[in-house]
Amino acid sequence: MSEIKVDCTGETCPIPLVETRKALRKAKEGDIVEVIGTHPSSKKEIPMAVKALGLELMDIQEKDGVWKIRIRR
Amino acid sequence: MANKATIVVHSGDMDKVYSALIIANGALAMGMEVSLFFTFWGLQRLKKGGLEKGPLSKMNLLGLGKWMVKRKMRKAGTASLEKLLQDFKELGGKILACDMTMAVMGIKREDLRVDLISDYCAVGTYINEAKESSVTLFI
Repeated sequence: MSEIKVDCTGETCPIPLVETRKALRKAKEGDIVEVIGTHPSSKKEIPMAVKALGLELMDIQEKDGVWKIRIRR
Repeated sequence: MANKATIVVHSGDMDKVYSALIIANGALAMGMEVSLFFTFWGLQRLKKGGLEKGPLSKMNLLGLGKWMVKRKMRKAGTASLEKLLQDFKELGGKILACDMTMAVMGIKREDLRVDLISDYCAVGTYINEAKESSVTLFI
């Protein structure tokens, strides 16, 4: 089991969503994908994609405009 | 209804091609299947070196408007059309080229970026895919 980090800081629509999906496709079952970003809508929309893909949303945090989302494949 | 999006890319305008590719990539990211049908002015963008050539749909001002919008997009951190297209392919998106447009406009296969194109087809293929799609758009 490994952890994959995706840094989308400063990126805008649709990059955080697309990069998250690319990382999830590469991840194996049980792997954790951690996405960091600043685009406000992506903080809401990445969890929507996680739900649509039937994966587990582990945690969402935000500090000083930077959010961190952890997903288990 | 299948979890699928089918989009006709009829316009070759830069801003509209952006809309089509952003929506398509969003749908792929949400786990949907996506087919893009490039036809008429849209197909011009699949010519070798043609992707960025489209004018702005409004206030192009002989390219000045487009230049200003592109500058603002760069400042906002927007992805290039090329990146969106590469991501679309990497996430399993399908690109279909209208063969009637090719005949009308005298476009040969070797004029197009054949590595990106899954198939050359007509309206029957579009309807066949659209009727089983929960999202269909004409851009």
